Amino acid sequence: MNVDLFLSTLPMMAKGMAGIFIVTAVIILTMYILNALTKENNDK
Amino acid sequence: MNELFFNVANITWQQAVMWAIGGILIYLAIKKDMEPTLLLPMGFGAILVNLPMSGAVTQIYDGAPEVGIIDVLFNSGIANELFPLLLFIGIGAMIDFGPLLTNPKLMIFGAAAQFGIFFTLSLAALMGFDLKDAASIAIIGAADGPTSIFVANFFQSKYIGAIMVAAYSYMALVPIVQPPVIKLLTTKKERLIRMQYKQKNVSKKTRILFPIVITMITGIVSPRSVALIGFLMFGNLIRECGVLGSLSETAQKVLSNLVTLLLGITIATKMQAEQFLTKETFMILGLGLVAFIFDTAGGVIFAKVVNLFLKDGNKINPMIGAAGISAFPMSARVVHKMGLKEDNQNFLLMHSVGVNVSGQIASVIAGGLILTLIG
Repeated sequence: MNVDLFLSTLPMMAKGMAGIFIVTAVIILTMYILNALTKENNDK
Repeated sequence: MNELFFNVANITWQQAVMWAIGGILIYLAIKKDMEPTLLLPMGFGAILVNLPMSGAVTQIYDGAPEVGIIDVLFNSGIANELFPLLLFIGIGAMIDFGPLLTNPKLMIFGAAAQFGIFFTLSLAALMGFDLKDAASIAIIGAADGPTSIFVANFFQSKYIGAIMVAAYSYMALVPIVQPPVIKLLTTKKERLIRMQYKQKNVSKKTRILFPIVITMITGIVSPRSVALIGFLMFGNLIRECGVLGSLSETAQKVLSNLVTLLLGITIATKMQAEQFLTKETFMILGLGLVAFIFDTAGGVIFAKVVNLFLKDGNKINPMIGAAGISAFPMSARVVHKMGLKEDNQNFLLMHSVGVNVSGQIASVIAGGLILTLIG
């Protein structure tokens, strides 16, 4: 059991999950913008 | 006669165990249809490299090395990350991101379902693996073979053989692993939630811009993952551009088949008895299962939390959160079938496919973040 290493990974877990959510949020926003910009074509 | 049979004396019980493991992988591939494209070559490779003094892998004769072809393939296809990246072109060409582009917010569940990766990273570290090996093991939770190979190879983990066996086995076992976790975390009432699906057209322009923009965003945030996401999206761009039909077909079929053909048997070089038959292998198999369970739990629990803020009639069936793991399309099918089992008029397929393809992107982002945080 390596408790010290375990404790050192907890901030990585937090940073990793935060990173995924932030990048995902940016991608979702981008997809909405892309869809909005090409809305005319969608409706045709 | 002595010359003919001298090698029999070189057989060890560890090699015999590896033949049995190879046989089991071949059996599972053929009889149970479990990821046969990978498990069968890996099973055969496990036997091939564990024959005494096998010429398929590098051996020392009279003090000089004789390089084996499997090691040549490993060094030219996996050690430099070529095979997983080429495979990603094929996977990108196979994926239709339409269901995700129709309902982009579903992508958030793909992010939530990567929790198992980071949970397993901490657990593997607690169990005594060093940080780079822990990260390589954790990426089993990406539920995505090429990403697992890429990351484990990047960290030069000596456990890459066990990691691959775990990754591909659990991907094949998604229909067995996920349902009990989903049932444990949801009530019958939640599993009965129906979700409306509104068919929307996605313009060709959006479909073409999507892979380019995703590559740029992910590449800027996580430059080390740019090859992974870039090759995946390159394959998708070939598919969606509309002028490279022949290349798209080649990427989906010929390229994918050729790389897959060599990938499994090449990985087998890391399944030599002395490296594979260790207590760490069993720990890795256990940690891989933990990663898949916590990925599933992450997606489902996140959907339940989101539901707290949604009005009745707009609530999400939390089972679709489980499809956020990258195992495509098995996970989407599992969720769809579970929905139909509870209510034969509850069609969750399009929602779960949308979440499932988002998991493909999110797992690559997670892989990139692991490389950035630890590499």
